[in-house]
Amino acid sequence: MTITEDQIRLWLDEVKDPEIPVLSLNDLGVITDINIARSGKVTVNMTPTFSGCPAMDVMQQDVVDVLAKNGIEDREVIVSFEKQWNSNMISDKGRKALADFGLAPPPKHNMVVDIEIIERVDCPQCGSDNTEMKTPFGPTLCRSIHRCNSCGESFEQFKPL
Amino acid sequence: MNVEALKDLLYKMADDQLVLGHRNSEWTGFGPLLEEDIAFSSMAQDKVGQSWQIYKILNELGESDPDTVAFMRNADQFHNSQFVELPNGEYDFSLIRHFLFDTAELLRFQFLSESSFEPLAQLAKKIKGETKYHSMHANIWVKQLGSATEESISRLQGSLNEALPYALGLFEESKFEDDLIADGIFKGEAVLKEAWIGEITKIINQSALTLPDLQQIEPVLGGRNGEHTEYLQPMLDEMSEVFKVDPTADW
Repeated sequence: MTITEDQIRLWLDEVKDPEIPVLSLNDLGVITDINIARSGKVTVNMTPTFSGCPAMDVMQQDVVDVLAKNGIEDREVIVSFEKQWNSNMISDKGRKALADFGLAPPPKHNMVVDIEIIERVDCPQCGSDNTEMKTPFGPTLCRSIHRCNSCGESFEQFKPL
Repeated sequence: MNVEALKDLLYKMADDQLVLGHRNSEWTGFGPLLEEDIAFSSMAQDKVGQSWQIYKILNELGESDPDTVAFMRNADQFHNSQFVELPNGEYDFSLIRHFLFDTAELLRFQFLSESSFEPLAQLAKKIKGETKYHSMHANIWVKQLGSATEESISRLQGSLNEALPYALGLFEESKFEDDLIADGIFKGEAVLKEAWIGEITKIINQSALTLPDLQQIEPVLGGRNGEHTEYLQPMLDEMSEVFKVDPTADW
């Protein structure tokens, strides 16, 4: 059987972000490159969302495990900053999964993240845009905390980066 | 490329991140508001994570592994500025330090994202995005508390005056300054300091605070060469207490 990149992508759909279990690594956008050598060796490159993200080691190991489970004996998973992650790399499917999970997805931006971008977020519960940011920090490095003035619920946003 | 110069630069930056990251973590459970507790704890996690990534680059340049470097050195082997090792004090001092340090840090990593040393440039691009949030947080509070009540203004002003000599020590030049600039690794502390003065002035002018004449202030130097206050060693002892119980343990 010849292994293809699409096949590996499909396997990687199983691997979720341990802090946001509805989001696969593919949809999160942290898988930056998949290489299949002539010898059959599979190399997966990934990049952290935040440099202090404690979930990175777990995700790296999960990718190794998925490759092993699918019979890839010669495998390597490399974590590097060669390709930078940014929140625009979260897929549309990923954005929907975040919203369904109750986390406001990060707004798409032109790589200039300023206070207006972070504060301008729709409530994932009722859809209102009458919301305010309580703090740009949250329970994990990638989340900020907001409150909706329409429905009164507090909610979190996956921060734009 | 002068590798000694590069290592010197990496060590001082990583040590600043680690030491201030640890100080920030001391606010966990003690913040004046829940949101501030979370903010300082998150910034702690960012900074310690960033220090680890810089120690990792050093490791690739032949230094010991990040855990050993972080936990097994004594104060005189640390290259952080004295500014970051000072105790947290009250919230006003921590906030002013956070503001002065993170303004410099954001600029530093913006500069370094164009470094000729590619691994550093790549990491700097990541760090500057994260630090943007730190800087944004500091600016909001300095503007808010710096123009709120008589007490909040006088407390912040007092902390600002107290912190500035140490903050200026952040820009202590190393003997490798010319090499780093010539090699295109870093634009140098003097350029950074000028940019920093511009930024902090901009924010302070949006509050009721006054920036003292920086020309009249004697910077506190020495940290970059391992000269530290009495506060660093006890902090390191506490930080490494668990690690030192069994340095070979696999976590």
